[in-house]
Amino acid sequence: MKFSIKEVPMHLGKFSNVGTIFKKELRSYFNSAVAYVVIVVFLAVVGWLYTSSMFLINVASLRLMFEWIPLVFLFVVPAVTMRLLAEEKKAGTIELLTTKPLHDWEIIAGKFLAAWALIGFALLPTLIYYITIAFLGDIDNGPVIGGYLGLLLMAGVYVAIGLLASSLTENQIVAFIVALLLMFTFFMMDKVLIFVPDFMTSVVEYLGIDFHFSNIARGVIDSRDVVYFGSMLGFTLYLSVVSLERRKW
Amino acid sequence: MAIAVRNLTKLYGAEKAVNDISFDVKTGEILGFLGPNGAGKTTTMKIITCYMPPTSGMVEVEGLNIAEHSFEVRKKIGYLPEMNPLYLDMNVVEYLEYSARLHGLSNELLRSRLKEMIDVCGIAEVRHKDIGELSKGFRQRVGLAQAMIHDPEVLILDEPTSGLDPNQIVEIRNLIRQLGRAKTVVLSTHILSEVQATCDRVIIINEGTIVADGTLEQLQQDFRGSEKISLELKASTTNAMTSMYPKLKEILHVESVEYSGQEGDVHKFSILTQKGFDIREEIFRRAVSEGWVLMEMSRKATSLEEVFHKLTTAETASDKQ
Repeated sequence: MKFSIKEVPMHLGKFSNVGTIFKKELRSYFNSAVAYVVIVVFLAVVGWLYTSSMFLINVASLRLMFEWIPLVFLFVVPAVTMRLLAEEKKAGTIELLTTKPLHDWEIIAGKFLAAWALIGFALLPTLIYYITIAFLGDIDNGPVIGGYLGLLLMAGVYVAIGLLASSLTENQIVAFIVALLLMFTFFMMDKVLIFVPDFMTSVVEYLGIDFHFSNIARGVIDSRDVVYFGSMLGFTLYLSVVSLERRKW
Repeated sequence: MAIAVRNLTKLYGAEKAVNDISFDVKTGEILGFLGPNGAGKTTTMKIITCYMPPTSGMVEVEGLNIAEHSFEVRKKIGYLPEMNPLYLDMNVVEYLEYSARLHGLSNELLRSRLKEMIDVCGIAEVRHKDIGELSKGFRQRVGLAQAMIHDPEVLILDEPTSGLDPNQIVEIRNLIRQLGRAKTVVLSTHILSEVQATCDRVIIINEGTIVADGTLEQLQQDFRGSEKISLELKASTTNAMTSMYPKLKEILHVESVEYSGQEGDVHKFSILTQKGFDIREEIFRRAVSEGWVLMEMSRKATSLEEVFHKLTTAETASDKQ
């Protein structure tokens, strides 16, 4: 089960190091069973959750699927990201990697993109459900495009959180649990507003990831939401770089 | 000068892992970094390879300061970390290509270097196997190939033979010696014979400080202690303690004499000499003039092992006082 990514251009100029790490990480996902397990489990769980509720409401819409996938992400994404840095720390290969003429951000970027791409691969087969529904009835394409875009952005933030968790420890189980807890916190923020003091509700709501995802999934792309995803992504990746640099403290 | 280390200190919390050490490594030299576990060898190497910065002090590699020219320095160094970490799920060629790419080798150069490394390190037969399937000896070869894929000027090898069986140790040592001809090599070990087998020069480090620095001959000379001579003399005397003992004792440069019993007419002595003197000839002459028959005489010089032992335990003892 060897996976070849020879088609990816070798030298992307300035980003060739990111590309090298990206290719290596993606290849190791596909060489081990991780990628296939993630894709199959993802498809099966989403399919089961979705189809079992779809016929109850009897509407040709993917809305329910887009409600279920963020929940599945909570478990799938940490499983994908937990090894990224924890494994290298445990095996000591991090020492080889960081003594190569590389910037720390290049390591983080390459690994982030590889895990993100894998989640992207896992989302692809769900298009089957879209095609099926499109046959069954009239479907509004706006929320579908918005939904997938939202999922990708959400996955990006989750992968960044998972990578940060993986950079904090050399134990993959710990990395998984920390990532799950952090993601769950951001996932729940807009759902626990009744417990939050009044003056803080808007802040907490703004921090909640599902709030922004639902906005985009309605098919409305607002700059507020895009800024949220962009800054969460940037900030979390920055923290990962800092965490990788901890060896120098 | 390939590597210059000046007043290097590294603190882990309050503990001094490396304490104000300075040394040079000449271009083309194979330097052995010898010391017991936890002496500060690995820490020093991690600093030289830019894995982590020192608390204070300075390191230059090929004239470049590691703090200011970290990237250039890393390009010039090939590094084999302790325990030889590898990606077990990659195959040998994939892994070497990955390392080469991260060093920025062009495709053309990469291909020729890859071929050369596979040849030199003797890993042709396993090149398409996953690293996880390889024996320790082959893994070590892959680790060395990885360290040299970009043709670095300086090789830093942290315990390159630990965990190997005796045959593999010999093979890896030969490989290092062969590779070391064209490069500056620093290798660490806690095994003395390793240094004797591979290195031109040795630095002995203990508890973060350098306790000896020189060629093996120099060290043996400098730290030669008193020699111990075992002696068996045949003489028909009933009381060796009064008739023989004083006559041995009065020989020049004898530190002490110990009488260790007799078997029939053969009396056994062990003699401690003063530092740096060989008195075997004197003993022979004395035996002849006294009419003793010399049955056996053997000398035990201070071995490097004893030098090493002395240097790395005396320090500890004096610290504890």
